[in-house]
Amino acid sequence: MREIAASSVTEAVRELCIEANTRLPQEHLSALRRALADEESPLGREVIERLLENAEVARERCIAFCQDTGYAVFFVELGSEVRITGGEIGAAIDEGVRRGYEEGYLRKSIVRSPIDRTNTGDNTPAVVYYEPAPEDILKLTMLVKGAGCDNMSALKMLTPAEGLPAMKRFVVETIERAGPNASPPLTVGVGIGGPFEKAAMLAKRALTRPSGEPNPDPELAVLERELLDEINATGIGPAGYGGTQTALAVHIESFPTHIAAFPVAVNLDCHSHRTASAEL
Amino acid sequence: MSPAPIRLEAPLSREELEPLRTGDIVRLNGVIYIARDAAHARMKRAIEAGEPLPLDPEGNIVYYSGPAPARPGRALGPAGPTTASRMDPYAPLLIERGLRGMVGKGARSEAVIESMREHGCVYFGAVEGTAALLADCVKEAEVVAYEDLGAEAVHRLFVEEFPVVVVNDLYGGDLYREGRERWRR
Repeated sequence: MREIAASSVTEAVRELCIEANTRLPQEHLSALRRALADEESPLGREVIERLLENAEVARERCIAFCQDTGYAVFFVELGSEVRITGGEIGAAIDEGVRRGYEEGYLRKSIVRSPIDRTNTGDNTPAVVYYEPAPEDILKLTMLVKGAGCDNMSALKMLTPAEGLPAMKRFVVETIERAGPNASPPLTVGVGIGGPFEKAAMLAKRALTRPSGEPNPDPELAVLERELLDEINATGIGPAGYGGTQTALAVHIESFPTHIAAFPVAVNLDCHSHRTASAEL
Repeated sequence: MSPAPIRLEAPLSREELEPLRTGDIVRLNGVIYIARDAAHARMKRAIEAGEPLPLDPEGNIVYYSGPAPARPGRALGPAGPTTASRMDPYAPLLIERGLRGMVGKGARSEAVIESMREHGCVYFGAVEGTAALLADCVKEAEVVAYEDLGAEAVHRLFVEEFPVVVVNDLYGGDLYREGRERWRR
């Protein structure tokens, strides 16, 4: 058994909250720079230039580059040989979020319930998904999820007969419907397969993949590229002002499904695509 | 290259909005107010109850934003625009009362666009995801109402050279629609 103190988890989470909200990942910055080179609309290029400049200012001053510092979503890969001591892991993560959002001058955006809309005051609870992992691994991957783009996400239960063409159509339609609201250029997470909720989970998990890294399955990698081209042909462009760079990357994750089913979920992430991870 | 930005000083008259066209790059100066979801819901209730509003819409600009906390020495924390369509159910109430500008991101409803044309109001887009840069244009900030709403409180800002683009002008122009049509392949 490998023992990890709950306080170490709290500290790692605190750091992740601040890092993810103030420093855009290098792969994402590279994707933005490629988009700047490829964008044909002058106004679109100006938008991307401002985004890059903003990212630099935020990094230098250690401030949030987007005021919507979102839901604090964590994927926790927890090995069977790991034991958390001195506290429960969920509480340790919440404490890290509480400290990170306070000390990092990050906005508290979580309300107690959709009906009782009182702010919880510290951005907790974190949204935590546990994933079984081999042996002594404990890896925390944070996704800061803004609401503007999450609100434009969608799920559809297609039939097997409708198949792949309908899946592609649904992804593009979701982005067309979101238009400027989801803050393009987007990172697009697509989940296919499983029952209803599995597709949504896969779509969210797909967003944590390093920006533009293709799916290891060559067929899915081709599909990712085809979808990216179709999305960029919509003309929505940076900030929705029109242009050729509507998405930076499409990440698809797939899971086995039922003989009667073809679920597809699309989770959109805005141009402030925020992920960070830590291994303890 | 884009032409030189148009400089506007808020509060604004309807006449000052007339030369603006969809796609124009504008720098806002002067006083603007922050209000978003919860503040709009309260303003609607105030109007229904015949109570005074925390801001006089006449001639003013509302910025849809919920700032992050400010670091010491800063007027305001990072403050980019939020999705404007969530304020669509409320916007005509303020537009009818003389609101001249709204700043946000994302498309507006037909009802809001119609109200803007009828009463004389322009919708400006700010680039979301540039919260740190936009906050630098804010020289003074104070909470003037609904303090209990935290990031959703009504703030009065004094801004300099705050960069926006005209999305909906007074003549039916719509940058989101026109931009998409122009670049669709």
